[in-house]
Amino acid sequence: MKDFVKKLETIVGEAFVSAEAEERYLYSMDQGTMPPAEPDAVVMPKTTDEVAQIVRLANEFKVPLVPMGGGLVLSGLTRALKGGVVVDMKRMDTVVEVNPASRYAVVEAGVSQGGLKAYLAKHHPDLKHSMPDAPPAATIAGNICIHGSGHLSVLGGFHSDMLTGMEVVLPTGEVVRTGSCSVSPQWFARAPLPDLSGLFLGWSGTTGIVTRLGIRLYPNYRYNDMLIYVCETAEQMPEAISLLTSVQVAEDMTPWMVPKPEWAKGFFHINIAFGAHSKKELIFKRNLIQESVRRLTDTKRAGFLPIPPVQKGRFMQIPSPDLARFADARKGGGFEYVGAMMAIERFPEAYARGMEIAEKFHVTYSLGARIIGAGHAMMFFFAYAFNRADTEDVQRAADALEETNRACLAMGGIPWKAELPAQKEILQQMDAGTVGLMDRLRNTLDPNRIMNPGNWEA
Amino acid sequence: MNAIAFDPDVCKSCPTVDCLMKCQYIAIADVAEARQEKQKINAGQDCRVLHECLTCYACQEYCPNGNNPFFVLVERQEELGLLPAPRPIVAEQLKMMAPKGRITKAPVATPVVNMCAFPMLTGSIRGRLFEGASVITGTDIFCNVMWLHFAKNSVIRERVPMAIDNIMSYYLKDSDVTDMVCFHDECYGTYTTLAKAYGIDVPFHPIHLFDYINQRLDDLADAIKPLNQVIAYQRPCSNRLAPGTDAVLDEIFKKIGAERVPRKYDRENALCCGGVPRAHQRDEFADDLVEKNIADMLDIKATYCVFNCPFCMATMAQEVAERGLMPILVSDLVMAALGE
Repeated sequence: MKDFVKKLETIVGEAFVSAEAEERYLYSMDQGTMPPAEPDAVVMPKTTDEVAQIVRLANEFKVPLVPMGGGLVLSGLTRALKGGVVVDMKRMDTVVEVNPASRYAVVEAGVSQGGLKAYLAKHHPDLKHSMPDAPPAATIAGNICIHGSGHLSVLGGFHSDMLTGMEVVLPTGEVVRTGSCSVSPQWFARAPLPDLSGLFLGWSGTTGIVTRLGIRLYPNYRYNDMLIYVCETAEQMPEAISLLTSVQVAEDMTPWMVPKPEWAKGFFHINIAFGAHSKKELIFKRNLIQESVRRLTDTKRAGFLPIPPVQKGRFMQIPSPDLARFADARKGGGFEYVGAMMAIERFPEAYARGMEIAEKFHVTYSLGARIIGAGHAMMFFFAYAFNRADTEDVQRAADALEETNRACLAMGGIPWKAELPAQKEILQQMDAGTVGLMDRLRNTLDPNRIMNPGNWEA
Repeated sequence: MNAIAFDPDVCKSCPTVDCLMKCQYIAIADVAEARQEKQKINAGQDCRVLHECLTCYACQEYCPNGNNPFFVLVERQEELGLLPAPRPIVAEQLKMMAPKGRITKAPVATPVVNMCAFPMLTGSIRGRLFEGASVITGTDIFCNVMWLHFAKNSVIRERVPMAIDNIMSYYLKDSDVTDMVCFHDECYGTYTTLAKAYGIDVPFHPIHLFDYINQRLDDLADAIKPLNQVIAYQRPCSNRLAPGTDAVLDEIFKKIGAERVPRKYDRENALCCGGVPRAHQRDEFADDLVEKNIADMLDIKATYCVFNCPFCMATMAQEVAERGLMPILVSDLVMAALGE
């Protein structure tokens, strides 16, 4: 490893490689419940060429590489399960291009959510991208590669649906492009070509290192508003979601069910965010949303919570501070969730199972969802807070998460950005042909199996 | 359960049926129709008014006989299960505003100012105007009159005596204080008009904020620097429970040089701020009310939009400010005139 580190230094410079214990400790874990797994070293490349050199070197030495963005995935996907080197992409932080006419941006893989937001606010205030409710240090590339979602997901679907193209260093060191940028100088779309981007989405860094990507941008409205629709029962929620999304006005829709504050306990809320160029348009959109559920509201079994304008600000912050507050509910800053991609009609069942599991394991919970597309799917989350300094508390949360993963699969859902135990559960349930294809693709792309080994192993 | 003080025979012989004829929100063709609707309400029968009522309290003021028409209407809505707002909206607010049992005994001294469920506004109690004041606040002493907007007289009957008991046993009694200044019209209306109508005993002496301020302005007369500004006052629904205090407000405005120029939607014709209709899922109607109110204020070229109700202010302040008026509470306007 010493030789390998020396050679890494020649690629990126001494200052950007470390095999010191403190660095290896910091890169051994994230904020979730997965046990630490130390890398042998950490490297921070600045260019695509440096990444390609690192990958070729790793093949030569048969050293595992673990690509990392913000390191905030929570499910331990950037832990070096079989040792090797964490490739921290944060130095590749340039916003390469913004195309206002075709509404896309090209960014390097280390550009953070907060970085792009600030860049657009300064240079293109009429445009915005879909922010996840992750800390602003989370990277655009990392979130797209895990099929993340965010504040424009009702409008634009998963963040991976907003991807317009990629530049990737393959596990053998070649640099490839997917999408329109493979043919044209512009990064406007993945269509109409054979869609190779899927080779790198949802694979947890096992098929290559993304160095650059294009994402869709959306109008950044001057006027913004939000509504909260409240239902009495979980059984009403699929209909409410279906109706609210049917008018295709909302940018974001996030159901939430929490034990605290006390007044909210036992009720089913849906935050609905929307924007407009003018006040008149904003009111028009609000009316459309309200009319969409009129038949449900008229039964008096559901309705919009009256919120004075001055109190709406806290619900409209992007990213939402609520999850960060919840993350410290038990003190000690531990927080992890199972985000299950599910069909919307499973909402009542998901809620019931979440409540059962929270009660069984005595965990502090927050249940909710983010609606994807015009009611096409949801990311239902079962979030558990724990005290990282209390090993029993951590274990209780880990056990609850594992049972939740199994419950999600049993309901026909699929755990998102699955941690190792959940990956195994998914693979067990997966169609054998699909598992075989995944393995063949990996062997083809990565003959030495150096890319984030230990993940998605059949 | 105490019945609401009310005599149906008074309504039968009422020649004007002002409670409905003066209503600004429900279209009533003539006195005959108004009388028919009123008789149905009094008899506990379902009728159009019970569904269309905005719950603005105004009929309490319009009734020339003091026969509590609004309290009776709310009673009938609850009896017949005619909720103006969806059940989960009411249920959440019932929990939100419930007494939490977090109250602790504390000595108080006059003036005791009851900020009700608006702890976020305790900073308004400051300066020479409120010198030496003891402030009490929290949901344990919440006046609960808001349930009139939600067909929940039963909650008023249950919680108002608890709030009164808490005010006495945790604050006033041990400090041998009997006077309590009500910052909000709702509290004053609860402990005067409503308590009397519902047969609830009030062992302390409620003082309306306007009476308190008016008195203090006499004490501080030398410090007043007249504002010389045109103001528009957004009269709240709960002031309908104490209409006499509106004249006191005129005295206050006169003393501080705030000119309350006559306008269409003031005094008896005051329009709802739009907050409650939103809870009733009538946002478009609420938009219309806000627009009418603000346009009327702009017509008289007001500089300030003055509120006494914190809820009205929370509902309208942003729109008011965007339209070029300065939203302000009565107490803050007075403090401005005192140079504070």
